[in-house]
Amino acid sequence: MSGTETPTDSDSDSDLASASGDDSPSTAQSVSREEETRRDYRARSLRRRVELTGIALVGAVTVLLIGFLFIDWLRHYPLADLHPSLESAYTVTGIGPGAQLLFEQVLIVGMWMDYVLGSNLFQYAFVWRQITTGILVGIVAPLVGTYLVHRQMALIGETLAHTAFAGIAVGILFSGLTGWDGSLLLVALVVSVLGALAVQWLTEHTSTYGDVPIAIMLTGSFAVGTLLISWSRGFVAIAVEIEGFLFGSLGVVTAGGARLMAVLTVAVVVVVAVTYKQLLFITFDEQAARVAQLDVTRYNTLLVVMTAVVVVGAMQVLGVILVAGMLVIPVAAASQVAQSFRETLYLSILFGELSIIAGFAFAFSQGLPAGGSIIVAAIGIYLLAVLVSDRPGAAISMH
Amino acid sequence: MSSVVDCHGVSFAYGEQPAVSDVSLTVEQGDFLGLIGPNGSGKTTLLHLMLGLLSPDEGSIELFGQPVDDIDQGNRIGYVSQQATSRGGTMPVTVRECVRMGRFAHAGHARLSADDEAIAEEALETVGITDLAEQRVNELSGGQRQRAYIARALASEADLLALDEPTVGVDAESRDAFYQLLESLNNDGIAIILIEHDIGVVTDRADRIACINTELYHHGDTESFVESDALSEAYGATGTVVHHHH
Repeated sequence: MSGTETPTDSDSDSDLASASGDDSPSTAQSVSREEETRRDYRARSLRRRVELTGIALVGAVTVLLIGFLFIDWLRHYPLADLHPSLESAYTVTGIGPGAQLLFEQVLIVGMWMDYVLGSNLFQYAFVWRQITTGILVGIVAPLVGTYLVHRQMALIGETLAHTAFAGIAVGILFSGLTGWDGSLLLVALVVSVLGALAVQWLTEHTSTYGDVPIAIMLTGSFAVGTLLISWSRGFVAIAVEIEGFLFGSLGVVTAGGARLMAVLTVAVVVVVAVTYKQLLFITFDEQAARVAQLDVTRYNTLLVVMTAVVVVGAMQVLGVILVAGMLVIPVAAASQVAQSFRETLYLSILFGELSIIAGFAFAFSQGLPAGGSIIVAAIGIYLLAVLVSDRPGAAISMH
Repeated sequence: MSSVVDCHGVSFAYGEQPAVSDVSLTVEQGDFLGLIGPNGSGKTTLLHLMLGLLSPDEGSIELFGQPVDDIDQGNRIGYVSQQATSRGGTMPVTVRECVRMGRFAHAGHARLSADDEAIAEEALETVGITDLAEQRVNELSGGQRQRAYIARALASEADLLALDEPTVGVDAESRDAFYQLLESLNNDGIAIILIEHDIGVVTDRADRIACINTELYHHGDTESFVESDALSEAYGATGTVVHHHH
């Protein structure tokens, strides 16, 4: 490959001087250009450092918050009723009481925060669970969304959220019929993943990612959901707040729901880290990826299933209707200003977290729903990004 | 030595409409094959069949001596499609990120090694776009963008470059430079299959020509093609004869 007579860059419409070009007309010009390149490089590396610091911060906070969920879980002696020896193990090793002690320390820190901020929030465990779930949504939704948006599959999140809603309905019916008292979210997860596979199958058997299979799936699952709920009202006594799932409510976030979100987050982050390259390649140039013998169908399925997983987790905070916003809006903002794909991923997550924090702050202080606040904050960031960026055209492809 | 591509009696139809009918041809190592034919003559379909993107209804295709549908050497093929099919026009991806994709098939799920990075850098240099490495692909001119895709193919250390009308929307000067680049890569031993609507370019650059209009009208070296009536026969079928003088 080396040693070829490479034609020098003769693109007439290129206004960038060839870096290796030693035929610059004047030295002064080349010096100023060099200066410019250096300044450019410095600005870029500063920006990169700021972004990496932000991501590291998000990572550290996430680890602490997941740690909180873990001790919250441990202090209840999980699985202890499976075997009596397990319960005594918790006591003998001091794990159980230790977790309780740590847990209380966190709430004491929360009281101090409330004292300093003049709020009445951080002393409560349920608030911490909500914040944790929100922060986790702020990571995984934009992470998966970055691939979806650039694959022009932005609305698949919306569809799978509606499928998850049908899942909630199935869960209500099932628990009403059998007296089962497990997590509705778990049922929603199963149904949503099945829905994802169904969309994938429909898509593959109807040529492209047209919006037709998506629209069919979206309305179809919502129809089934409403039918099941209306029907089960006749004989299911449990009062489940359907509105909470529709519009998102922090009241819906249970300890189990938060734990589920933590597990899903870890799984999604690991899968994306491992398949980052493959997902990038199929997103950028599916045909070339196919020629390079990547199993495009498998990665497509993986992406859709991950979306289902993220949507179910995020639904607790954002609700069925708004969940797609978190997959799309931070990514749209990041795509406006980012220089590379990696930067788009980082910025999407940072913008996602900013939206979550700003949305929570607004919702808590005004006593308004968190879902709507988060999405409005995200759109604010998006508009800012459009104003700041000098990219006139859409950074996201549209048909 | 086995040939790079070996098609034997290949036919393919979209529904009832035959696109490629009973085509047999081979591409040997170091060949520069120009694939020409009128619009809708099945050129792209034939190329997709050769690359395993489609499966033939009849006949057999071998790539590097292996049946194309269970080839495990995807990294030996570099494919540059028509611009419209890739998201390079909109997605925030830098030239370097694009070229590194050429190493993905080699690396699997592992991180790219220092060797992989070095090969990607070398590919950038070979096509002369090192100074554009940090630019977004969608901010490049048409000619520069196609170079980035060629660099990606080179980074995969491909033995076969398949190009489907790579210079649509590229200005004339950049196009000349682009074809010079292809020629020098071909001189290094890389086999090239090129679909190009400008027959003049093909007869200038390619050393072998396959002229198709559903059926194969000509397959052989460029001189014999120029002397034959294959062109007017193939194009005559749709009544759009194109004459070029170079």
